[in-house]
Amino acid sequence: MKSVLIASTALVGIASAALAEGEVNVVSWGGAYEVSQVEAYNKPFTEQTGIKVNMIAADNPATPLKAQVEAGNITGDVFDIEVSDAIRLCDEGALVEIDPADLPAAPDGTPAAEDFIDGALQDCAVANIFWGTVIAFDTTKFPDAPPATAADFFDLEKFPGKRGLPKNPKRTLYLALIADGVPADQIYDKLASEEGVAQAFAKLDTIKDNVVWWEAGAQPVQLLADGEVTMATGYNGRFFDAMVGEGKPFAIIWDGQYMDLDMFAIPKGSPNPEAAMEYLKFATDTQRLADQAKYIAYGPSRKSSAALVGTYKDGTTEMAPHMPTNPDHMTSAVMDDPEFWADHDAELSEQFNAWLAS
Amino acid sequence: MAQASDPHAASAPGGDANDGPLTTADGQPLGRALRRSQRRAKRRAFLLVLPLLAFILITFVVPIAQMLQRSFYNDGFSANMPQLSAWFAATERGTDPDDAAWAALAADLTATAEARTIGVVGTRINYDMAGTRSLFTSTGRKVRDGIEPPYREALLEIDEKWGNPRLWSVMREASSPVTTNFYLASLDRTRDDDGNITMAPENQQVYVMLFQRTFGLSLLITVATFVLGFPIAHLLATLPMRRANLLMILVLLPFWTSLLVRTTSWIVLLQQQGVVNDLLIWAGIIDANGRLQMIYNRTGTIIAMTHILLPFMILPLYSVMRTINPSYVRAARSLGATSWTAFRRIYFPQTLPGLGAGALLVFILAVGYYITPALVGGSSGQLISNMIAMHMTDTLNWSMAAALAALLLGSVLALYWIYDRLVGIDNLKLG
Repeated sequence: MKSVLIASTALVGIASAALAEGEVNVVSWGGAYEVSQVEAYNKPFTEQTGIKVNMIAADNPATPLKAQVEAGNITGDVFDIEVSDAIRLCDEGALVEIDPADLPAAPDGTPAAEDFIDGALQDCAVANIFWGTVIAFDTTKFPDAPPATAADFFDLEKFPGKRGLPKNPKRTLYLALIADGVPADQIYDKLASEEGVAQAFAKLDTIKDNVVWWEAGAQPVQLLADGEVTMATGYNGRFFDAMVGEGKPFAIIWDGQYMDLDMFAIPKGSPNPEAAMEYLKFATDTQRLADQAKYIAYGPSRKSSAALVGTYKDGTTEMAPHMPTNPDHMTSAVMDDPEFWADHDAELSEQFNAWLAS
Repeated sequence: MAQASDPHAASAPGGDANDGPLTTADGQPLGRALRRSQRRAKRRAFLLVLPLLAFILITFVVPIAQMLQRSFYNDGFSANMPQLSAWFAATERGTDPDDAAWAALAADLTATAEARTIGVVGTRINYDMAGTRSLFTSTGRKVRDGIEPPYREALLEIDEKWGNPRLWSVMREASSPVTTNFYLASLDRTRDDDGNITMAPENQQVYVMLFQRTFGLSLLITVATFVLGFPIAHLLATLPMRRANLLMILVLLPFWTSLLVRTTSWIVLLQQQGVVNDLLIWAGIIDANGRLQMIYNRTGTIIAMTHILLPFMILPLYSVMRTINPSYVRAARSLGATSWTAFRRIYFPQTLPGLGAGALLVFILAVGYYITPALVGGSSGQLISNMIAMHMTDTLNWSMAAALAALLLGSVLALYWIYDRLVGIDNLKLG
């Protein structure tokens, strides 16, 4: 594992040594998400500036970023990372600070600092999308009375069948509490106490024997498509892709969605810092963020982009009802709390693994 | 090549009767000339292996050594908090923090907040005491513009957690970059406020159980590959060449197929809506409501890993069985042994070198297996390697990952040593 990691870092290093100036290396998540970024950001960026964009896929770009920082050999210029990693790496002095005043204003002149949704601007990173972890179910399994709430996910009598859940505490414990009737704004207070954690595990215990645990984002979609589970939680963009792109009979329950941000960050000591900053500014302007929604159902991080979001690339599907940022979907949404998880991730992961194994 | 150093030139020249040591043609002692020439040959041989040696050193030994170093060396606190670390070094364990300590803490916090390294410090302390990382980063944000004495009151004003004796005990631990805490945590142990080793809270104990499970499952998989692989290897070794080759391809084809492909094929076969369950229902062995759960649990891990590791057992066994002379068994039979006795006393002992090699290969590979249990293991089929991966990629606690990996490596080396003592590594035949 680790030798592969370091060896692959070395390989990326060798590959990038051959790069000329006028290029920028962007490390992102691959898959449909990468396609949306290539179409919405990279192609127009190269057209306008002549700077070539090299897309590098990683399972989680924070891992190679951390490896490159540790090794003192930075080869990527822009990294697409989760907000908790962005804050953590910023606090550790690994990232370049970004002044909101440098970012382009909205078309109507609103400065960037006010245009971005709360939490989308951090000291060292700028968000591009909001994405949600949501419940999806197979509509053919529940034709008469489909499930509608997070509590239904835990109701094995009314809605029989296996459940798909991610194998981590972050996106499971909160769901158990929501289903147990805890209001969305009290989730983190609950999870900070031992009783709250015990309550979450007790709720998870009720379905433990019927859970299929997944690790990669493509798995819940596959599990639903195979009929292996009747309900699963997963990333809303992936479910959208299966529903609209491939016509699968799935439906999404937005109750109790878990919202997270993906952010662009630039490590200190990157090979092309100027081009990286240019790219970051370009990719997070109003039009580009709205364009990305044409390719994937993730919500733009600027308020001014929402009005510009149109239809999916098929030309007929309106994107707004599929966005995690749609106001109707936000009523019981739990926002990721990077501070909380920076403090408690290790401890809760251990408890979660001990609970899984017991 | 100079004539003088050629050992073949050694002689007692010209028929002179010479009682002294043998010399070369130019009068050098033979032994020295021989040694010099051998040294040169050795140097040349070394130059030939140098590229491989450098490759292994750079890509394998150095990264692993660096990684293992993290398991006992973490200077995240000591390097960034020099004044407080100095105070800890100068005082006894159990000393209550005095004014000097609070002043040192305030000065270090201000400096790290400005240098944006306070996250590193908080992360290090958070490893030993959950919930403290934000204490450092939020305090850092408040003291960045400076902090006024009295420091104790000022810091307690910002957050009263600073007065927690456990925090001070943990900071004292971290003030030395060399620590055993990651190894303790890997064995489900922790330190209490006085620095004594105690068991971790019961709901956080997971690693010892996973180590046991990893070794238990690996042993089971080794036995399973032996039971399945031995007859096949025997068949391969005794069939006529052409048919044996055909069978061999059947063994090798999966071996050449990507690991990921084989793992996902097992998912297709074994899942509840999968091929095997469908067949069983069609054959009337189970009914539609009684579909078997054969994957996303321990059973799935065992089946998939046994299949994937099977060639590593078959190939060494086969290569050894090919060399066994069939006349030994025939001789045993002609002397009155039953076929079972002939197998047990004559044939089987001769396959041991291949069995040893296969078992060692399968066991060591199984102990470190990662992707298969991650995909098909569910919750009950997880192995220790999955925890190492979690600490590498999710919690980014590389010191913990390194400590777990070091323990795994250490126990594999220990098993290898025991094997060497019991069976002898010279008896190993890999093909």
